[in-house]
Amino acid sequence: MANVISDETIEYVGILAKLELSDAEKEDAKKDMASMLDYIDKLGELDTSGVEPMSHVFPVNNVMREDVVTNGDGSKATLANAPESNDSGFIVPKTVES
Amino acid sequence: MGLLEYTAVELAAKIKSGETTATEAMEAVIAQIEKSEDELNCYVTFDKEKALEAAKKADEGIKAGKLTGPLAGVPFAIKDNMCTEGMLTTCSSKILGNFVPTYTADAVERLTQAGAVIIGKTNMDEFAMGSTTETSAFGVTKNPRNIQHVPGGSSGGSAAAVAANECFAALGSDTGGSIRQPASYCGVVGMKPTYGTVSRYGLVAYGSSLDQIGPLCKDVTDCATIMEVIAGKDDKDSTSVKREDTSFTKALVDDVKGLKIGIPRDYFGEGLDPEVKEAVLAAAKVLESKGAIVEEFDLSLVEYAIPTYYTIAAAEASSNLERFDGVKYGYRTSDYEGLHNMYKKTRSEGFGPEVKRRIMLGSFVLSSGYYDAYYLKALRVKALIKKAFDEAFSKYDVILGPVAPTTAPKLGSSLSDPIKMYLGDIYTISVNLAGLPGMSVPCGKDKNGLPIGLQIIGDCFKENNVIRAAYSYEQARGKFE
Repeated sequence: MANVISDETIEYVGILAKLELSDAEKEDAKKDMASMLDYIDKLGELDTSGVEPMSHVFPVNNVMREDVVTNGDGSKATLANAPESNDSGFIVPKTVES
Repeated sequence: MGLLEYTAVELAAKIKSGETTATEAMEAVIAQIEKSEDELNCYVTFDKEKALEAAKKADEGIKAGKLTGPLAGVPFAIKDNMCTEGMLTTCSSKILGNFVPTYTADAVERLTQAGAVIIGKTNMDEFAMGSTTETSAFGVTKNPRNIQHVPGGSSGGSAAAVAANECFAALGSDTGGSIRQPASYCGVVGMKPTYGTVSRYGLVAYGSSLDQIGPLCKDVTDCATIMEVIAGKDDKDSTSVKREDTSFTKALVDDVKGLKIGIPRDYFGEGLDPEVKEAVLAAAKVLESKGAIVEEFDLSLVEYAIPTYYTIAAAEASSNLERFDGVKYGYRTSDYEGLHNMYKKTRSEGFGPEVKRRIMLGSFVLSSGYYDAYYLKALRVKALIKKAFDEAFSKYDVILGPVAPTTAPKLGSSLSDPIKMYLGDIYTISVNLAGLPGMSVPCGKDKNGLPIGLQIIGDCFKENNVIRAAYSYEQARGKFE
């Protein structure tokens, strides 16, 4: 049961993944994803009805703490890593068209 | 015997007794790095002056009686996916090529608190995605045992640095075998602890439900000692587990009488190199001759571990790597039109092919219409795999098998066929899915002189069984080379 990945699917996954692939990369991605999915389809051989999906091996719970600031103001150091910033924030391309 | 021959624990003792200093040890490591690094490329970041300065500070702390831990003064290498304040942390990716963290990972913090001295950051597969260290954006690392071969991955730089004496010990991270497999290929000891034992705070996430930090080092004593230092509950990692039993060095006992060892028949079938098989079974015989009870059994589900893992790891990776968008840190494309185009171009130019492959697959298996069929299915199979291990550990104290089906492949021979490369993870991957501790210990060499690793797997929170078996084996085996 060979999977075939259509151009539309690769286009759509590219949007979800926020990746812009060249035409050659798209062809490779179609091939790679199809062969990975063929391989993953092997899991279909197993009857998992009634089995709960296990996301973590141990039970995980929300961990709560008092809403108290424990760290100092690290904004300067944090902004130093930004590709573009000013004194008080990250600079991004215009997000809302007027 | 030169300083570099010492294990981390031996070196710390020599420093403590005043026979040598952290500075002398660092100078020896630096001399070795200057000798072999051009050829091997173990490090992404190595700053000689900073390393010497840190060693000098450690010496002062030791002299003042402030640093008294079992690793005080020992030069360590850190895999480049653990944040180090003020020191470049790239994940061997172009997208983080200029990232300088503002804080230090908990495990690294614990190491330095114990007096360890950081040399630099080691090369790895980009974002820990790969089994050869060839997907690094900063060049391949070569296996010090034979430079025609890969060191394994993704913690290949850390394993190679230990093997080449470019450090005394190192930290790596293991999502599907990324500590144990390079340890096996480079002939060093490596351990992945039980999930939740070492904090993931400051570890750049790949597959969060699978990632664990652990040591790569020269012997089992170093391994237990480092584990004891880096383990511990951390409020900054919600999956961190509070454990009472992290006295791992207590398990350094040369005695396996009555220890029940299971050998999964399904780990010794098709695809396993005969030389690897022979070396691993010989190691089992050694433990049997020391009084362990060795028995073969059927683990089951082994062939389903890889498709399960790649579904879950890709899904988590696609979500975790969303943060790399050219806004807060790292690379931003120079030429773009508007916000979304900036995101897309930044990510497309910043990530390498293997990372893109996994992000694409992960986005697909999480997408509406496929989520149940792929992602939830994989989580259900994960539950079955965990159950198979639970049953095995109701009968055995440890499970023993190979780390990888072969010894280190030749450079350049793995990346062209991803599925073939993924198959190399078959014996390590299910350990991560089930959250178990696992260790790789050198147990022989093939006809080309490449190391073979023995994998010892324990039940969750039972590192001490693994350490005891590994230590006993190591005592019987003696020193290599």
